[in-house]
Amino acid sequence: MDAISMIFEASLWAAAVRIASPLIFATLGELICERAGVLNLGIEGIMTVGAFAGWVTVYSGADLWTGVMVAALAGAAFGLLHGFLTVPLGLSQHVTGIGITLLATSLTYYAYRVAFPEVTSPPKIETFVPLEIPLLSQIPILGEALFRQTPLTYLAFIAVILVAYVLYRTPIGLAVRTVGENPAAVEAQGIDVTWLRLGAVAVGSAFMALGGAFLTMSAFNSFYFDMVNGRGWICIALVVFGSWRPGKALLGAILFAAFDAYQLRLQQLAGAYLPYQVFLMLPYILSILALIAMSRRAGYPRALMIPYRKGER
Amino acid sequence: MSDSSDTSDVVLRLSGITKRFGPLVANDAISLDLHRGEVLALLGENGAGKTTLMNILFGHYVADEGTIEAFGVVLPPGSPKAALARGIGMVHQHFTLADNLTVLDNVVLGTEPLWRARSRHAKARGRLAELSETFGLAVKSDARVADLSVGERQRVEILKALYRDARILILDEPTAVLTPQETEALFATLQKLVERGLAIIFISHKLHEVMAVSRRVIVLRQGRLVAERKTSETDRHDLAELMVGRAIPEPKVEPISLGSVALSLQSVTLEGEGHPRLQDVSLELHGNEIVGIAGVSGNGQGALAEIISGIVAPSGGTVSLFGQPVRHFDPARMVAHGIARIPEDRHAVGVVGDLSLEENVISARYREAPFSRRGLVDWKKVREFATRIIADYDVRCPGPQAATRLLSGGNMQKLILGREMAREPRIILANQPTRGLDIGAVGYVHQQLLKARGNGAGILLISEDLDELLVLSDRVVVMYRGRMSPPIARSDVAIRHLGLMMAGHGFAGQAHAA
Amino acid sequence: MVSPGKPMRLEPRTESGRSIWIVAPLAAIGASFLVAAILALIGGASPFSVFAAVINGAAGTQFAFLETLTRATPLIFTGLAAAVAFRAKLWNIGAEAQLYAGAIMTVVLGTGALPLPGPVVIPMIMAAGVMAGALLLLGPTWLKTRFGVDEVVTTLLLNFVMVLFVSMLLDGVLKDPMGLGWPQSKRVVADATLPKLVQGKRLHLGFVIAIGAALVVWFINARTTFGYEMRAVGFNPRAARFAGIPVNRVMAKTALLSGGLAALAGVSEVAGLKGNLTLDLSPGFGYTGIVVAMLAVLHPIGVIAAAIFVAAMFVGADAMSRTVGVPTYIANVMVATALLTMVTAMLFTRFRLRLS
Repeated sequence: MDAISMIFEASLWAAAVRIASPLIFATLGELICERAGVLNLGIEGIMTVGAFAGWVTVYSGADLWTGVMVAALAGAAFGLLHGFLTVPLGLSQHVTGIGITLLATSLTYYAYRVAFPEVTSPPKIETFVPLEIPLLSQIPILGEALFRQTPLTYLAFIAVILVAYVLYRTPIGLAVRTVGENPAAVEAQGIDVTWLRLGAVAVGSAFMALGGAFLTMSAFNSFYFDMVNGRGWICIALVVFGSWRPGKALLGAILFAAFDAYQLRLQQLAGAYLPYQVFLMLPYILSILALIAMSRRAGYPRALMIPYRKGER
Repeated sequence: MSDSSDTSDVVLRLSGITKRFGPLVANDAISLDLHRGEVLALLGENGAGKTTLMNILFGHYVADEGTIEAFGVVLPPGSPKAALARGIGMVHQHFTLADNLTVLDNVVLGTEPLWRARSRHAKARGRLAELSETFGLAVKSDARVADLSVGERQRVEILKALYRDARILILDEPTAVLTPQETEALFATLQKLVERGLAIIFISHKLHEVMAVSRRVIVLRQGRLVAERKTSETDRHDLAELMVGRAIPEPKVEPISLGSVALSLQSVTLEGEGHPRLQDVSLELHGNEIVGIAGVSGNGQGALAEIISGIVAPSGGTVSLFGQPVRHFDPARMVAHGIARIPEDRHAVGVVGDLSLEENVISARYREAPFSRRGLVDWKKVREFATRIIADYDVRCPGPQAATRLLSGGNMQKLILGREMAREPRIILANQPTRGLDIGAVGYVHQQLLKARGNGAGILLISEDLDELLVLSDRVVVMYRGRMSPPIARSDVAIRHLGLMMAGHGFAGQAHAA
Repeated sequence: MVSPGKPMRLEPRTESGRSIWIVAPLAAIGASFLVAAILALIGGASPFSVFAAVINGAAGTQFAFLETLTRATPLIFTGLAAAVAFRAKLWNIGAEAQLYAGAIMTVVLGTGALPLPGPVVIPMIMAAGVMAGALLLLGPTWLKTRFGVDEVVTTLLLNFVMVLFVSMLLDGVLKDPMGLGWPQSKRVVADATLPKLVQGKRLHLGFVIAIGAALVVWFINARTTFGYEMRAVGFNPRAARFAGIPVNRVMAKTALLSGGLAALAGVSEVAGLKGNLTLDLSPGFGYTGIVVAMLAVLHPIGVIAAAIFVAAMFVGADAMSRTVGVPTYIANVMVATALLTMVTAMLFTRFRLRLS
């Protein structure tokens, strides 16, 4: 099989959609936060929390969907902490975000070590299994890529549509978009800026945690240290790449994942000529390139990273 | 405006409102009534407490003491939502619009239950069209706010209030950004609104506008309500004295013979995003001269200031200093050429608020002796210099090592003046040098500019305050959409004519009625 | 405006508070111990036995204390790197990568390539390391000033690229042929090794160099025009530019200084402590440096104290974990808590809380 024909392989696209799923959740989450004007660099840690919380819930006997709920709630809790520090207190979103990532990650690792002091092989759970959608899964290429995935992947796609609908078609979405552009406009119309931003950051963080949960409950069946492995930072780049729009962010995530899946295959093909690390570097380098490419026309929310204090204009 | 309605039904009552910020009493036991169908002017200098009072009324601030009643019901403090629900609408001095959203989005925001599953845009669009028609406030509901003119944005702000059935409308310095013609259109709109029974509070420090638009005037001074007058029973002189607390001395401009050409612009252009920011601008500034630049803000004054400050290079044309064309545009070079710059926004550009006073006075000269040698700063010399400026320019501050952000606006401006004048500049660019200052500080700034003029400096004075321009300038030019009119000698200037020029009359191919 | 119910509000101070500069670090330490106490209880141990073990493990013996200083050494460097950059509002989160850049140069030059005596070769290695780290940060800084690309994300992503790059080198050109297949480099030669400060202990000259670096940074901040430029640009780039301060050049110089300092952490770890380059050279020294810098309120002398405090937590927690059995990650939690508490407490230098 050569490098070109691989692009048309259904299995490549199925893998791309699988790889994209956690990125879609987390990118959506970051997008919601940033649309409300709050940069959330806690993403990497919140994904770690989500991965652990969901997995450990299932491991202790609950069913998978309960695990998903717990992961989302755990993410929302850390989101509220980030929100509290950055919205009403107006602390630096950069420093706070890094702090949240450090805190969330280390708390997770601590909890893991307390729960499993001495394990040689990581404990496993029964994960979500692929669910074939009747008829649709029979479509060539597309069927295998899109309709033979696990329920969490379907949820990711539904989430994109839902978030887009809420942002662009409902009053609360309008309020979120406005608060990221000019919080004074929101306040002048009688809506509380603090609650609105706190809510957006909490919901966004819940989505990030779902991205993490996908890793332990769908992609793998166990929790490992460093398993998020920079995916959070990549999602921040994907938000910029997607111009803060859910649809474009979805597209960006899938393209990125397709590239990732492709490099994995290319690695098998060309591994003899190039060290495997070169291939592993590519996603990160691609993210940086995407940031540079989009920098010229980045339509970022005007109030992003600017704390709002009442009466200060 | 005529006494069209003499009803005495009170729609709004403020009783004993007091607000303190630390040691400063911004509002001191202020009580007032607003009646249905009237325009009540709230007159006062910058810092007199007008905006604070209105922010309390609208719930942005919470008063330390006092109550507010709207239509006989006490408003809960600190809730814009409650104010809106009681029919109070506010048009802020700085518009509260989201630029990247449409007019309709801006108007509809907050008027629907937040958790409704779908916005009812079609219905909203119809109602907005109806309101625009009724009150003659034409706007395109699907236009992005960023694409609107300032006048149009203000209309959107008023429509926002009307859309929510406001019965009381507060306008905070609404004419600050308008041309005289746009101001007249606004006044006509206000007339229509009061005819329909709205009550309006009009905040201003401009006497002629207050005289033109209001039925009653309330004067605030240093946080206290010092007078209430029927407009028909007062005049500008009376109000001016009430506002300031003493007779205002007019600065004296001595006639003086012109020096040689200090700064000249020849066909200068500057490209912007999509449209040029400056088009074919030519001007000569002599020593011993003040040239005033009039115009509604955003018509190229900023671009002109940026070029002369060295922030941007022009896309075309020549800028010459003392006959030598400037090749490299760079702030440090401009300073070295003897240009003093008083920027428009002193907090954001004039000083670094978190640095101390002594660090700020050397911001353009820290590389020079005696302030530094071979990369090492001599803080003793810096402190001596700062102390001298603080003394000479009467900057009220705890000392040269205090953080600059703690200074009041007037003292900050004195510090900037002192810093810039210390070099005995030959050219001074003064961009809105008195905006937001109290009368005392304004007088001080004027005096310093005139002194520099007497000492041979050429001064470019950008101002939106026509009174200031007409008092100080030897010649006046008008800017409109990046173009500049030929200069007019002060003796030939008529305000009415200036107003028309600010709206575009007389500009080639640009004539258009406001 | 703290909560929508408005029981309390933040009001700007009209005077700078002074006492807060002492209160804030104490609050940070207090909060981290409080959180640690809760975690200890969850972990099934008495908080007091945990604290006693941590403190004893960090400073109870001469060995323990020297070990703490040894661990503090790279943290002083990365802490200074963050302090310098953050002062100019250059968000360098890539100290981890710059550290590895320094480590690579140490191995490239220190494993026998330069057959020169120590006093010559060590400064050369340090210079090369500094240059590598400095250049590594220059890229993201250029992207920031030229294209407006957020340097937080680029420096973060480069950390991952760098670790993979190191892994590639350790599989390839830098692989130790005697390493039994482990991904590790050859050992640095004796002449290129930083001498120990105490005979038979692990504390090495790198610690002294770190203290020296802090003093140099302090001097730059307090006395030089460059220090002045960094402050002005960090607080208000628009005003700095208007005044004629070359903002982009100051950013670039800051990047060189910051990246260079972070790289010295790598040089010092390889040449002073580990002797060779491995993939676990840094257990997150780069990220921890951010915490150190914030705890020190970006003050270079404070960085020394903060680095020793943070190192004590880690060294103490390692020892505690062996005796009491509570996972060492408790130290990471404490450090993260201290960071968040510190930035919150520093808010009160500019605002006061008012109950109404």
